[in-house]
Amino acid sequence: MPDDRGITEPGAPEPGAVEPGTPVGRRVVLGLLGLGALGIALGSRVGSVISTIAQRDPTGLTGLIPGNGRFRFYSVVGGVDQVPAAEYALTVDGLVEQPATLSLADLAALPQTTFTRDVQCVTGWRVEDVAWSGVLLSDLLAHVGVARIGTAVQFGSFDGVYTESLDLEQAMRPDVLIATSMQGEPVSHDHGGPVRLYVAPMYFYKSIKWLDRVTVTDEVVPGYWEQRGYDIDAWVGQSNGRNDAPIA
Amino acid sequence: MHRSPDLRRFSRGERWVHLSFGVLMGVCVATAAMLYWAPLSTLVGRRELVEAVHYSSGLLLPVPLLTGLVASQAYRADVRRLNLFLPGDWEWLRSSARRRGHYPSGKFNAGQKLNSAFVLGAVMVLLVTGLMLHYFTLFPDDISTGATFVHDLFAAALVLVTGGHIWMAWNDAEARRGLRTGFVSRSWAEREHALWAAGTPEEPDAPDSSDAPEPEPNPDRE
Repeated sequence: MPDDRGITEPGAPEPGAVEPGTPVGRRVVLGLLGLGALGIALGSRVGSVISTIAQRDPTGLTGLIPGNGRFRFYSVVGGVDQVPAAEYALTVDGLVEQPATLSLADLAALPQTTFTRDVQCVTGWRVEDVAWSGVLLSDLLAHVGVARIGTAVQFGSFDGVYTESLDLEQAMRPDVLIATSMQGEPVSHDHGGPVRLYVAPMYFYKSIKWLDRVTVTDEVVPGYWEQRGYDIDAWVGQSNGRNDAPIA
Repeated sequence: MHRSPDLRRFSRGERWVHLSFGVLMGVCVATAAMLYWAPLSTLVGRRELVEAVHYSSGLLLPVPLLTGLVASQAYRADVRRLNLFLPGDWEWLRSSARRRGHYPSGKFNAGQKLNSAFVLGAVMVLLVTGLMLHYFTLFPDDISTGATFVHDLFAAALVLVTGGHIWMAWNDAEARRGLRTGFVSRSWAEREHALWAAGTPEEPDAPDSSDAPEPEPNPDRE
């Protein structure tokens, strides 16, 4: 690499081949590396400023900025067939007194709960203030009755692959929801509808999509990502080596 | 098959670097779209597989560049050309004449020099942040979030710039031929890279049209 020797007149060849010119290329590269380092250091702050602006942005222009304050779609399988609301069935079985299969109408007949909480993904993104409604898992379990030896709950998905689990104490929390509605509308297929789990205090991989089975078990069975190294007790800010702010 | 007025523009080694870097970049962008762009993620799914392909093609991106540096003298000479801004390059950037194609430039014009520097810098940043995201447990959250932010932003910029690069090539069949066969016509070179075509001394290693008719001389082994 030649040194920065300033500008030489064009057409004035220097014998011995000292290349004339300014190493602009190298400066651009170094400048980009500097910008990148700055972005790594300050990016989380810049990102939260942008998402604050985005929430008050009537033009929608901030929506063009990549990666902030929006859901990212994750699925672990190739394709998941849509299940029409009319055909949906949630099986509740295992160590319960009254195994049951519930349609959406059956779920709607149970006590309904609505709350607004953040979604925090273990890969870093967060969507603030998402309105959720549906049936508390504790209300569903009360409806079927948990046998005395039941100590955990396993969840299955009609994607055929994904599983999740909670211990019974976690399952009975008032912020663990069998969600049928998100942001005031039925949970869409891409978001895991018609019915998904929402475990507010934990990283979002616990909130299994396309929920079709709730099985009470006598031990916690590690779920899909937990078999791949993620924490089973996935409290936001206290697991997976992360220290995110708690869910608000 | 080359008409005699053709000029040799790229050696076989350089064309190999460009092709393999381009293929890897294409795989990176395609898998990135599958991971990031919801309509496509919905269609493709298979996150672990797509992520593995994205990660490995990203890791491989420097390989063609480093191989070129080690193995090809012609590539090294062009890297030097791309790095250096000559006084005429500043004028090229400022002039409106370049849009009408009347401003003489060397083997690479200032836009091509800036493009290559941007791509190199952006790829380096994407590599570093990509590795940070892959090994995210090693970093505090705000650093991981920062790396995600930088990775997203640089990727978006790189896609725009690369889109421009492809657009320029799309509209210039002779430039594409240069990268396909290594040769360009003298008239094209005189129009697009007049100083290079004329062998002006400010451009080191000006082309020698006498080696043009050779089917496949190997200037990588000089």
